[in-house]
Amino acid sequence: MVLTVAVGLVLFALRDSIVFFHTPSDVVEKNIATGQRFRLGGLVAEGSVSRGEGAKVTFIVTDTLRTLPVSYEGVLPDLFREGQGVVAEGMLAPSGTFVADTVLAKHDETYMPPEVAKALKDKGVKLGEGASHPVEERRQ
Amino acid sequence: MRRTQWRNEDNELGLAGLYWARECGLIVELGHFALILALLVAVFQMVVPAWGAHVNDNRLMRVAEPAALCQFGLLALAAIALTTAYISSDFSVANVATNSHSTKPLLYRISGVWGNHEGSMILWVLILALFGAAVASFGHNLPAKLKANVLAVQASIAVAFCLFILLTSNPFERINPPPADGNGLNPILQDPALAFHPPFLYTGYVGFSIAFSFAIAALMEGRLDAAWARWVRPWTLAAWMCLTIGIAMGSWWAYYELGWGGWWFWDPVENASLMPWLAGTALLHCAVVMEKREALKVWTVLLAILAFSLSLMGTFLVRSGVLTSVHAFAVDPQRGVFILAIMALFTGGGLALFALRARNLRQGGLFAPISREGALVLNNILLTTACATVLIGTLYPLVLDALTGAKISVGAPYFNMTFGPLMLPLLIALPFGPLLAWKRGDILGAAQRLLFAAALAVVVLALAYAAHHRGPMLAPFGLALGVFVMVGALSELATRVRLGAVPWHESLRRLMGQPRSAYGTTLAHFGVGLMVVGIVATSAYREEKILVMKPGETTQLAGYALTFRGAAPRTGPNYREEVGVFNVARDADAITALEPAKRIYDAPPQPTSEAGIYAAWRGDLYVVLGDKQKGGGFAVRIYFNPLVRFIWIGALIMFLGGAVSLSDRRLRVGAPRRTRRPAATAPAE
Repeated sequence: MVLTVAVGLVLFALRDSIVFFHTPSDVVEKNIATGQRFRLGGLVAEGSVSRGEGAKVTFIVTDTLRTLPVSYEGVLPDLFREGQGVVAEGMLAPSGTFVADTVLAKHDETYMPPEVAKALKDKGVKLGEGASHPVEERRQ
Repeated sequence: MRRTQWRNEDNELGLAGLYWARECGLIVELGHFALILALLVAVFQMVVPAWGAHVNDNRLMRVAEPAALCQFGLLALAAIALTTAYISSDFSVANVATNSHSTKPLLYRISGVWGNHEGSMILWVLILALFGAAVASFGHNLPAKLKANVLAVQASIAVAFCLFILLTSNPFERINPPPADGNGLNPILQDPALAFHPPFLYTGYVGFSIAFSFAIAALMEGRLDAAWARWVRPWTLAAWMCLTIGIAMGSWWAYYELGWGGWWFWDPVENASLMPWLAGTALLHCAVVMEKREALKVWTVLLAILAFSLSLMGTFLVRSGVLTSVHAFAVDPQRGVFILAIMALFTGGGLALFALRARNLRQGGLFAPISREGALVLNNILLTTACATVLIGTLYPLVLDALTGAKISVGAPYFNMTFGPLMLPLLIALPFGPLLAWKRGDILGAAQRLLFAAALAVVVLALAYAAHHRGPMLAPFGLALGVFVMVGALSELATRVRLGAVPWHESLRRLMGQPRSAYGTTLAHFGVGLMVVGIVATSAYREEKILVMKPGETTQLAGYALTFRGAAPRTGPNYREEVGVFNVARDADAITALEPAKRIYDAPPQPTSEAGIYAAWRGDLYVVLGDKQKGGGFAVRIYFNPLVRFIWIGALIMFLGGAVSLSDRRLRVGAPRRTRRPAATAPAE
C-alpha cells in the first residue's frame, strides 16, 4: 500500500518538477516555448553585465555560438563574473529575454558546471586554461 | 624570510624535530611506506582469518586481532605523516601544494588534510581501520568464528580502498621542483564547522561497514540470532550518531556560509549523506526487533548491507564528479570508475550472498500487526521507501543523461512532494510505537496515554492559526505534529514512571531506575519533534527582502528595523573584505549591529559572502551584503528564519539520545542478556 502511494507520488512529482538544461543554441534549435521552465547554462559574455534600477541586473549568456539575454532581480552569487560559467533557472519571456529567478555560479573559481563544459565541448568550443588542474600545469 | 617564519612557528608548536624530518623528506616517505604496508597487512587480514574460520583453526582465526591493530597503526602513521606535511607546509608534496598555503591558520592547515579528495580518502580508511581495531580490542565476547570473519570482511574493504588510494589518489606524490607556495584551501571550506564535518560524516559512513561486515560474516557462517543483533547495535548506533551530527554540521555550515539563508537544498551531495542515514535509522530500529524478538532477521541483514552500500554510493557520488552539484569539488572520471567498481563488488557481492543464504535463516517470533514490532515494521517501510524516493530523485538525472543525453535536474519540489507525505504517517505513528507492547499491543491504551500530547498539539494548532494569517494552510498542522511528537516522547517516559498514578517520589524512584536506552529513545524522539517544528516554522513563515540600500537608509522586516550605516574595507589574516554595518533595532530599542561582509581571500583569490546573523529564540535575522550599485547603494538580502535553530538543536538532541543509549550497560558488546521487559508494556486485552 505504502509502496503504491510512493510510486504514485514519485511519478507525479517527477512529471512536475523536472527541469531541463539548455544552452542558448539549444534554445534556438529545439524551439523552446515561452513560459516553460528550464535551466540556461553557458558563459557570462564579457562586458554584458549591466545593473538596472534596484537589484535588477541583466547580462548575456553565450555558448560562443549563440547568445541569450537574461534578466534577474536579486543578489548575484559571489562567483558570478564575466567570462565565467553560469547556470540560470527561469523561463523565456515573449520578448525573447530569459527571465531568471535563480542564478547559480559554482563554488570554485576554476570550476565550470559539468553541463556547461559538456555542452560547450559538444558545440566544438575549445575550453580555456581555466578548467585544467593548477598543479598539473606547474608540473609540465 | 618565509623559512625563518616557519621555523619560529614550528618551534612554538614544538615541531622542530618534525621540521628536521621534513627537511630530510623522511616523514612523507615513511607515511607512503606505511600506507603500502597497511595494504599488505589488510590482504593478510582478509585471507588468513577467513581461511581459519573455514577450516576451524583457532590459531589462524586469532591473527585477525593483531593484524587489525597493526593495520590501524600503519594507517595512523600514514595520516600523521600527511598531517605533518600540511603543518610544516611541505610543498614538495603535490597534495599539500594544491590544497594548502603557508599563510593559512593552523586549524585549517590540519583540516586541509581532509578538505581534499586524496586526504579525505586517507581519513576514510583510517576510520575504517579504527572500527576494525575497536572490534578487535573490545569484542572479547564475540564467538571466535564470527569475529574472524567480521575482521576479514572489514579488511577486504580496507584492501579495496588502500588500492584505490595508491593507484588513483596518492596523497604522497611529490612534485619537483616544489612550488614556492601552495594554492590554498578553497576559502568557503576554511570554517570551523566544516573542519569537523568530514570526520563526523565519514565516521558515520564508515561505521556502517561494521554492520555490513557482521551481516556478511553471519551469512558466511549461516548463523544469525538475537545475540548477533545485540553485537551489531552499538556499532550501528555509534555510526548513526556521527552521521546525524555530521549531516547537521554540514547543513549548519551551508546555512551560514553559503549566504543563501537555506539549511537544506536537496543537493545530490546532501542526498548522498541522507540516504545512508535513513537506511541506518531503519536498521537501528529493526535491530531492536531482532534483538528482543528474533523476528525480521532477513530484513535486518538486508538493511545492514544496504546501509553500507548507500554509504559507498555516497562516497562514489561525491568523489566521482558524476553529479551536477554545487558541492562537487572532486572531478575525476577515472576515480569514479574505480569507486564504482568497489561499490559493485561489495554491494553486488553482499546482495548475491544474501540471495544465496537468506532462505536458510530461520524466522522466529510471530506478532500481531498492532504491536511494538508492527510499529517498527511501519517505521522501516516508511523510512526505506523515503530513502528509495530520494535515491530515484538523485539518480534519475544521471540515468536519463546516460540513456538519452538529456540534461535535467530534479529540484526541491520533487523531494518535498515525495519525502514529505512519507514522513507524515511516520511522525503520527512515532509516539504510538514505544507505547505499544511487544507481540500484541493496545492501540486505544496508547492513544489514551497520548491524550495530553494531542491536546497540547491542538492548542499549538489554534495558536498558530491565530498568530499567522498568511503562510500555507497546512503549516500549523505541521507545527502541531512536531509538538505531538515532542510531548508524545515525554508522555512515554511519564507512562514508564507512572507519573500521576503513584506518589511523585515513587515516580522519581522509577525514573532513576529506567534503563539508559529508554532515556535515549525519549531524547532522540523529542529531538525529531523539535526538528520538525523548526523545519515547518522556517519553511512556512520565512520572510525575505531583497533591496538596494544606501548608507543611512532604514528598512523593516519581521518587526526589526535595520539601518545601513555604510560599508568599509578591512583586512583579515588571509583575506580582505568589504564590511557593511547594519544597526538592528526592535521597538525602538537598539539590539545589535550586524556586519555582513564580502570577502576576498589571498589564496586562492576567491570571493565569499559572510552573512551577518542575529540569533534570537524566535528566529534568526540574516543579512547578506551584495554588490555595490550605481549611486553608492548596495544590494542587500535580508531574511528572517523563524525557529531555524530548532533544526540543529533537534539533531543535537538526537545525537545525545544516541549517546545516552550507547552508554546503557545492556548495549555494551557482549554484555549478558537481560530479559526483563520494559515497564510500559500494557496488558494485552
